[in-house]
Amino acid sequence: MSYTSLSDKDKKEMMSRVGISSMEELFRTIPEGMKLKRELKVPSALTEIELIHHFEKIAKQNKYSEFLSFLGAGAYPHVIPYVVDYLSSRGEFVTPYTPYQPEVSQGTLQAIFEFQTLICLLTGMDVANASLYDGASAAAEAVLMAHRLKQKSNVLIAKTLHPQYRKTIKTYVRNLDIKIEEFGFSETGEIDFESLSSKMDEGTSAVVCQSPNFLGVVEDIKKISDLAHSTKALSVVVVTEPVSLGLLEAPGKLGADIVTGEGQSFGIPLSFGGPYLGFMACLKEFIRQFPGRIAGETKDVDGKRGFVLTLSTREQHIRRERATSNICTNQALCALRATIFLETLGLDGLKELAWQNIQKANYALEKLTQVEGIKRKFHGNFFNEFVIEFSGSLPKVESSLREKGILGGLYLREFYPELENCSLLCVTEMFKREEIDRLVKSLEEALKE
Amino acid sequence: MIREPLIFEISGKGKRAFSLPELDVPSREDILQGLPVRENIEGFPQVSEVEIIRHFTRLSKANYCVDEGFYPLGSCTMKYNPKINEKIAAISEFVLSHPYAPFDLVQGNLGILKTTEELMNEITGMDAFSFLPAAGAQGELVGMMLIRAYLEERGNPRKIVLIPDSAHGTNPSSAHICGYNIQEIESNEKGTIDISSLEQNMTEDVAALMITNPNTLGVFEADIKKISEIVHAKGGFVYMDGANMNALVGICRPGDMDVDVIHLNLHKTFSTPHGGGGPGSGPVGVKRELEPYLPLPTIKKSEDKYILDFDRPKSIGRVRSFFGNFLVVVKAMVYILSLGPRGLKEVSEIAVLNSNYVRKSLEKDYFLKYTTPTLHECVFSDKFQKKHGVQNIDIAKRLIDFGVHPPTMSFPLIVQGALMTEPTETESKRDLDLFIDAMKQISKEAKENPEIVKSAPHSSYVRRLDETSAARSPVLRWVEKK
Repeated sequence: MSYTSLSDKDKKEMMSRVGISSMEELFRTIPEGMKLKRELKVPSALTEIELIHHFEKIAKQNKYSEFLSFLGAGAYPHVIPYVVDYLSSRGEFVTPYTPYQPEVSQGTLQAIFEFQTLICLLTGMDVANASLYDGASAAAEAVLMAHRLKQKSNVLIAKTLHPQYRKTIKTYVRNLDIKIEEFGFSETGEIDFESLSSKMDEGTSAVVCQSPNFLGVVEDIKKISDLAHSTKALSVVVVTEPVSLGLLEAPGKLGADIVTGEGQSFGIPLSFGGPYLGFMACLKEFIRQFPGRIAGETKDVDGKRGFVLTLSTREQHIRRERATSNICTNQALCALRATIFLETLGLDGLKELAWQNIQKANYALEKLTQVEGIKRKFHGNFFNEFVIEFSGSLPKVESSLREKGILGGLYLREFYPELENCSLLCVTEMFKREEIDRLVKSLEEALKE
Repeated sequence: MIREPLIFEISGKGKRAFSLPELDVPSREDILQGLPVRENIEGFPQVSEVEIIRHFTRLSKANYCVDEGFYPLGSCTMKYNPKINEKIAAISEFVLSHPYAPFDLVQGNLGILKTTEELMNEITGMDAFSFLPAAGAQGELVGMMLIRAYLEERGNPRKIVLIPDSAHGTNPSSAHICGYNIQEIESNEKGTIDISSLEQNMTEDVAALMITNPNTLGVFEADIKKISEIVHAKGGFVYMDGANMNALVGICRPGDMDVDVIHLNLHKTFSTPHGGGGPGSGPVGVKRELEPYLPLPTIKKSEDKYILDFDRPKSIGRVRSFFGNFLVVVKAMVYILSLGPRGLKEVSEIAVLNSNYVRKSLEKDYFLKYTTPTLHECVFSDKFQKKHGVQNIDIAKRLIDFGVHPPTMSFPLIVQGALMTEPTETESKRDLDLFIDAMKQISKEAKENPEIVKSAPHSSYVRRLDETSAARSPVLRWVEKK
């Protein structure tokens, strides 16, 4: 294939205007010794038909979709209304760049403005940005932001924050004057308040918690935020499963100062982990330290409403090394998908979605705990994920489940050595009752084997 | 054109655009006990499916895009995005796979990441790549972290990063987050790095030089080997911002220029769509000695199976969740395989021909501060037009009336009133001529009727917007009027 558009005649005419007689002359400023004197060793070109065959063959090496899988843990299978694919694949949304020229980018800008509004409504915060890369890097950006705001070097992070997010935060701060300390969780699966308060002091800039947390348990954000505020630290709440916000109180109403997280649940397929959608929202008073692009409303010379990227003096293209973040390209098309998703579901749809998640997850847990050899690990409230503990060896159960075509959740020992034989399961609206029953029955059999 | 309201303004109770199947398990209120349940989501919209479709279809028409026409936004490489890339990235086995799936169930995905790494190694002359970074700026940050980790291990991370004054704003910003102070290196009269200035500044306090090649003026840093030598002699590293790789594919390779670290932008050189500002992908490539520091995880082949390798004690760690923007990597791989060796080289040849054609055609009408030969882009300025009170922003806005997207204006900072123009290889002569004619016409108008330029655009969905008041009294979300 070739995607160039010059005819032989065009090429000749253009070369003559440029004043060259061979293509090599175009590269005369590159020293000869540096040039590649051979062809690149990449496979010869494939046509469209060959490409499809080639990649279908590769795709068939993936066997995941043959399984009934209860994996969640920061990446959730949810319904995606067809209109999301239909609208978000329009070339007018897919093929422009960042809306630097607002007069020809009103579609993207208004969509960002609507996205920001939706995130504010869901989180209960004043302002939201246009998106960040993903939940993990967004959590890291929140930590950096809290540090800029408070100028204190200690950040306390819940052990129940997604393990990958914790690792990402540690990587981001490793060359800055920020110290990360973790605090544990209690028997209910909620954060251990004693562990947290014993670590808090005047040097703490932020307390970072996830809710529902990595173990699926819903945290008492009000209590955490009050505790954070008692030493003038910021309360940063991370949401990896934002469908929960269709049912649970907005973190902003419970005292959160910064709410950030992963928007994948909103119309973005699992996609083997990316592209996903980092989001962030905060209180108005923190806006000057906020990272990322922000769209704002304004008027044109005729007084008509329009939207622009604004507050750009925070950003790298103006402020360079003093910018609030180095982010430039973000995840705009994913944010558009989330916007279309949320507006299509609407108020009733989102509430119903959240309702079905909590109901189905509760149904599953109830049935599972009736099986001998399985018990509920944490008794804290949960949304659509929960941890179960097996009386026997989990790897054995897992492999016999796999033979029955089921992936029974995420084995937690790798992340929490103390959670031997524990598995994190996710049940969303996508699972039919029969499928949940099949899991229960298969586990029953597996445990008897 | 119909002025499209905000979705919140057409919302009405009782309207629906989607239904879920009825709940097939018992519905229980008691499970909510003890949970902080919200009463309402105030202001959350309720519209019909037709309204959703019309809303976004109308909004889409208020966008200009590559599918519609010429988009010479310099340094962003706004080339055509092949549609077959999209089709293949939508294959359900890719789209539906969970990132925590056991390795043996996602061999296809892991194979794609590994194969694309090998392709990138060959194209750039580097030894290993990580596809974790989500965009160029994250790639820069990761690249600088690798250098820092290497130096730290040897006892001294050093303090300074050298960056030419022509660099993109993300360079200093990324180096800063990595804990470095920035020392700017002045460009010489040719627009390239001044060797004596580099020699003066290159001390043993310097961790790295961040260089863009060709630089943001479109000029190839022909002294790159000498530059690398100077930096290496003092124990520093050369980081190359690969934003402008579109000029070099199949022509020469950063690895052969003694560059130590590079990032690529798959959404530039490798044709994945820009999506209105992402998702992109900013893979980082390194030479062998920096490989142990690459972020987690990497992929290796062991006994005919691909596995994720987390056992890398020197790694800088995780920089995001999972494996990067996987579907974007799929598209880039499709692109490389669709072009093959000759097609890839043709990309750079035609990109450079197109750019030089535009430059030659306009160099009498628009001032070129640097007359050094350029590759894939060139930076004009508004110097001639300014005499008539017309600035680069006016020229940019007037171009909109001619059906063309404006060039980049925000940098390079060394050219006042910049119009950084990058046509890319995919454009036809007809589209290039359309742009050239429009630019000539605007130059003429600047002399004869500057008002028409200064009050442009005249034909767009909205006219010139008040960005000052947007920043002064920010309205960043819709609020329900009570």
